Amino acid sequence: MKLTTQLLAATAIIGAAGTAQAVEMEVMHWWTSGGEAAAVGKFAEALNERTEHTWIDGAIAGGGDTARPVMVSRIIGGDPPAAFQFNHGRQAEELIEAGLMLDLTDVAEAEGWKDIVNPSSLLDACTYEGRIYCAPVNIHSWQWMWLSNDAYEQAGVEVPTNWSEFMETAPALREAGIVPLAMGGQSWQQSGAFGVMAIALAGEEAWLAVNRDKDADVVMGPEYTRVFEAFGAARELAEGLDVQDWNQATNAVIEDTAGAQIMGDWAQGEFAVAGEVAGEDYSCLAGLGETGVLSTGGDAFYFPVTGDPEVEAAQKELAALLLSPEVQVAFNSAKGSLPIRGDVDLTSVNECTEVGLQLLADGKTLPDGNMLLSPDTTTQTNDLMTEFWNTPSMTPAEVQERYAEIIRNAD
Amino acid sequence: MAVAEEAGHARRSSPRADRKPFRLFHNLMPKIALIPMIATALVVFLGGTLWTVVYSFTSSGLLPRRNWVGLDQYERLWSSAKWIVSIQNLALYGIFSLVFTLVIGFTLAALLDRKIRFEDTFRTIFLYPFALSFIVTGLVWQWILNPDFGVQGVVRSMGWESFTFNPLNDPDIVMFGLLIAGLWQGTGLIMCIMLAGLRGIDEDIWKASRVDGIPTWKTYVRIIIPMMRPVFVTAVVLIASGIIKLYDLVVAQTSGGPGISSEVPAKYVMQTMFGGQNLGQGFAASTMMLLSVVIILVPWAYLEFGRRKRG
Repeated sequence: MKLTTQLLAATAIIGAAGTAQAVEMEVMHWWTSGGEAAAVGKFAEALNERTEHTWIDGAIAGGGDTARPVMVSRIIGGDPPAAFQFNHGRQAEELIEAGLMLDLTDVAEAEGWKDIVNPSSLLDACTYEGRIYCAPVNIHSWQWMWLSNDAYEQAGVEVPTNWSEFMETAPALREAGIVPLAMGGQSWQQSGAFGVMAIALAGEEAWLAVNRDKDADVVMGPEYTRVFEAFGAARELAEGLDVQDWNQATNAVIEDTAGAQIMGDWAQGEFAVAGEVAGEDYSCLAGLGETGVLSTGGDAFYFPVTGDPEVEAAQKELAALLLSPEVQVAFNSAKGSLPIRGDVDLTSVNECTEVGLQLLADGKTLPDGNMLLSPDTTTQTNDLMTEFWNTPSMTPAEVQERYAEIIRNAD
Repeated sequence: MAVAEEAGHARRSSPRADRKPFRLFHNLMPKIALIPMIATALVVFLGGTLWTVVYSFTSSGLLPRRNWVGLDQYERLWSSAKWIVSIQNLALYGIFSLVFTLVIGFTLAALLDRKIRFEDTFRTIFLYPFALSFIVTGLVWQWILNPDFGVQGVVRSMGWESFTFNPLNDPDIVMFGLLIAGLWQGTGLIMCIMLAGLRGIDEDIWKASRVDGIPTWKTYVRIIIPMMRPVFVTAVVLIASGIIKLYDLVVAQTSGGPGISSEVPAKYVMQTMFGGQNLGQGFAASTMMLLSVVIILVPWAYLEFGRRKRG
């Protein structure tokens, strides 16, 4: 009995001593692929070296759809991590509403986030009723089409520089036995490609009217009709390649068995791993070469309320650290994404990244679909687009009608 | 009324019952031991079910909240193309899975029961797939049915160039691709249960039917199968529960694709609740799943188990 008491007392002292010095911060995220893990390692390194706190890695494999429910149940269950990753946008809206997220407004003011975060829409996505609740860390953009230079050479045509040229050259590729457009089987890929085509072909204004203002009449208007027709045409161009994952589709472009792929800038990592050089082996078109504009999706860190002042101080320290210039450069160089502040230079940039940085600097940015639409609406859109893509009997007019219905009921 | 009469009868007939005033304390220890189980059943199963049904009438998003919206979630559910496709797929898979599992399972068991050589080896081979999870089964069959590396690729490389067998990329037949994998995994267990049932049949019955000159197939159909009724009931319950919870096989093998052509209700529930952050919609869908199980199972269970009690 006496021994037990002594042991308990000892444990209590050790425990108290531990928290007094530093905080062990468990950080949850879903960055598990090679490049992603290397990038998140930069965060851990910075926290371990530049503060007295320790980074406990809480990686969850399987992507955001698997990781988010785990994180949410940890937070609701009263055992929150010190910090966790979500995408920019409305995914954490309800957690903030319920008062479960730490208010970072004082950190943001002390560090001057308002002035350094570019585009400012990223900070708006973190803001709820005038208070700031998250720290944006990177920008990923959907607005890209990747083309295989070799495939076009084999077909004996010039590499297209915009969507209409792409459509014109497609038959030549078919004759050469090349699938003009590579598309994976997962719903988010088809829905994402539709989003890219909508911005490129209908223009910024119409896209914002639909996605921000939820105007279903614009969906039925002439600009969007053009988008749906192009989407229907793209469906035919993608026939003949049965792949599931996005990187398998990218691989078809790398191996020159497919002409092009509409995919976000994360695809560039695959080209880099395969040893391909931008401009020589592959080309990129921002906004399909029609509307040069970047959507600014990406990742942000949120910090749950713990009620422990020491943990809270450590959380705010980490938030400030994530946005500091050195950490931004180290992380984004490893991840292949763009930094969220305009005043830092990435160490090595290729032709395509340079185009992206230039667009950012010119302020030619749009919010990401995730920022404007709730996850519920996104899921419905994904389902509709993938149904259309895989049902040859479904006409563009039909999908237009049903898309208008989803937008009309969106919250 | 009947219970009261019975209780009164019991009291009169056994004087010892008077010494124990409450029937509740009769066999006290086992009852105490059962309390945790009863509490679990009430709170987790019944309580959880009721909670889900109640919240299906709210507009709960990521977190459960009591904003009543009446039947809105159900209206949206039944106007969703994906849900309708899910129901149709489950019905298709369910009917074929039930019929084929029973037929194949029984046939294999009957063949093994004919005192063949290497029975143990065959039994192990047939039962082995059951040791794999649905996730592994799904991934294995995804590769086997892959047009470039699987069955189609092998047959084409043997010279039959026009051979086409690509169910996982054809929306019209993708459910059969799932069905093949499901049958491969599940029939072994049913075969074992059937085999146990067949072994329970008295040797004398076979001798008697042979003396009477009844053909073997007729003995099976008219005598053995009716005698194995309890075994079939067990098998049907096992197969049916497997059909309703069909989820992981789909996730591993097709992820609901191509398009939405292999979606199933359980996947709809998971995806709306956690992907779409719409708990209310997910609860409405799971309530409909529960309702369909109740509608099908309750009358059947009543007929099957109620009759025996009366008889």
